[in-house]
Amino acid sequence: MTSSYDVDALLDRAHILVCCGSGGVGKTTTAAALALRAAERGRTVCVLTIDPARRLAQSMGIAALDNAPRPVAGVVPSDPAGAGRLDAMMLDMKRTFDEVVESQATPEKAEQILQNPFYVALSSSFAGTQEYMAMEKLGQIHADAQRDGTYDLIVVDTPPSRSALDFLDAPERLSSFLDGRFIKLLLAPAKGPARLMSAGFGMVTNALAKILGAQVLRDMQTFVAAFDTLFGGFRLRAQKTFELLQADGTAFLVVAAPEPDALREAAYFVERLSEDEMPLAGLVVNRASPQPMGDVSAEEAMAAAQRLRKDDADPRTAGLLRLHADRVRIVERESLLRRRFEAAHPQVPTAVVPALAGDVHDLAGLRQVGALLAGERPT
Amino acid sequence: MTLFPGVKLHVVTGKGGTGKTTVAAALALGLAEAGRQVLLTEAEGRQGIAQLFDTPPLPYEERRVAVSDSGGEVYALAIDPEAALIEYLEKFYNLRRAGSALKRIGAIDFATTIAPGLRDVLLTGKVMEAATRARRGGGRIYDAVVLDAPPTGRIARFLNVNAEVAGLARMGPIRQQADSVMNLLRSRQTAVHLVTLLEEMPVQETVDGVAELEAAGLPVGAVLVNMVREPLLPADSLDAAVAGELDGAEIAAGLKRAGLTPTDGLVAALAAEAAEHAGRVLLEAREREVLSDLGRPRIELPLLAEGADLAGLYELAARLADEGLAA
Repeated sequence: MTSSYDVDALLDRAHILVCCGSGGVGKTTTAAALALRAAERGRTVCVLTIDPARRLAQSMGIAALDNAPRPVAGVVPSDPAGAGRLDAMMLDMKRTFDEVVESQATPEKAEQILQNPFYVALSSSFAGTQEYMAMEKLGQIHADAQRDGTYDLIVVDTPPSRSALDFLDAPERLSSFLDGRFIKLLLAPAKGPARLMSAGFGMVTNALAKILGAQVLRDMQTFVAAFDTLFGGFRLRAQKTFELLQADGTAFLVVAAPEPDALREAAYFVERLSEDEMPLAGLVVNRASPQPMGDVSAEEAMAAAQRLRKDDADPRTAGLLRLHADRVRIVERESLLRRRFEAAHPQVPTAVVPALAGDVHDLAGLRQVGALLAGERPT
Repeated sequence: MTLFPGVKLHVVTGKGGTGKTTVAAALALGLAEAGRQVLLTEAEGRQGIAQLFDTPPLPYEERRVAVSDSGGEVYALAIDPEAALIEYLEKFYNLRRAGSALKRIGAIDFATTIAPGLRDVLLTGKVMEAATRARRGGGRIYDAVVLDAPPTGRIARFLNVNAEVAGLARMGPIRQQADSVMNLLRSRQTAVHLVTLLEEMPVQETVDGVAELEAAGLPVGAVLVNMVREPLLPADSLDAAVAGELDGAEIAAGLKRAGLTPTDGLVAALAAEAAEHAGRVLLEAREREVLSDLGRPRIELPLLAEGADLAGLYELAARLADEGLAA
């Protein structure tokens, strides 16, 4: 397999590596494999995963959620005297949110927020919270790493979002929401006389009370009021993380599979990243079908299989030939899809990773994926 | 034979990459082929339905995308939470003016993107509205509604969101709405089907998803195994193929009979391809067993050689009809 960009150079140089892509393309495995390879090349690495498969999580020792990076056993630096180390963690979004609240508010106020039914719902079930918290956690790990020199590379797996880059939109959405008039309006009764508000105020609160019920509106106001003091901090950190993602030393890898849907999503990612001036390192096409061996074309193989089937003498050889024809066709289709992507995005270098026989659930498997990512021949 | 008699709302979920949108669309087509009026809805704003049916992006409006000889029709709707909220305000509260005021100050944005789960409440609320339309007024009446739902990992939370809202709103109109959505979703009129592949992770997610749905009291329907490849090697050759013990001389003789020149390279290549294929077939057999332990009706859908185009959708629809899901 060839790799048209130098993955190893990227692993040696980057400080933050973000893997994004649609669901089901092997994003988590790619992130873990890159992190392991970087560590074995001598770097001190932390990988932040969102929702790893259970057996992979167990093999990395992060099956138990405690929301902090834990050392991964079994990392073998390629240079025996080398320093390489890998820590891994799995994001616990509610816990991350709770910790932010606890660290930012007085114990009394924190308690009040943690008990509020709106906070409970927001922190555990709101679909966008995972994205906010992934950003928050990345910011925290990075700040700690800057202060204590704990890591020189952080690899981030991104949540399987509803829309392509929800996690990039998270800070912006949060800021515009927090600056919004709606929040000010909810805060108004707590902050000053209602007559200062616009004429629409009465109508809006009446409408809200009518739709939501007065009790829900009250809970919501209590929540927003209690949360008010935290808002500034949230916004500031989200903004900082956003800037961090644009900085030198950050690189994005867009992960896809050689299928029309996944490559279409990948194209959205590529376009969004360039709009936001996020540094794109390249595309990873996972699960590529292995190149067919032998130089018999699909048509030849099918014709030969037909001849055998006519006299029904040798179902096994007929099967072998149809198998070969299938494989040639699949590889042709995948390569057509990739060429189309390349034609539309000629500036994006691509690494192709051949499909493995089974799922990856141990370090040996990750090591193998890492080698394939870096363009080494499959073993 | 009908697998789920009386089911009006078919919720289709699946891990990313398993083709759940394709299967949802095929199910809608199959139901229409049986003469039904069907609404196919999409909850995630990805416009996957429009791509499958090769139509321009769907607006927030029910558009006809397929007609059947039997008189059945498929309408499609991409649910937009913001439009659904404004529609809801107008319909139930006659709040057109307040709706635009709410929009101006960002409350609609709050409700659809920030507020806890409200987005999912609106999506499920709209599906319920379409599934329970009464004979008088209120738009087109459907015999069946198919929802292309969020992925397996989120499905129980998504469908159960109204129960959570019921916890937040202890009374009032939102509470009533949440209760009636939950009543429909937990009733015999609903079935949640899970799309999977014969691979380890999607199968594991399916097993987890079934457990979560059951725990939430939501009715689990069929397990739909997508993209199943037909076995190309005779079953009794699989073990030998995996072990690399296929007889080279036999293969060479076979190739000769088939009119090819059996070079050593070609024989070795075919044997290597066979080993990989057989390995996957054996792995698939194990995953199939895990799925059958779930004790749910299991339907296998073939891998479409030409990809999921319209002709392929009809092929899958016919298969779903044969198996009794879209009868």
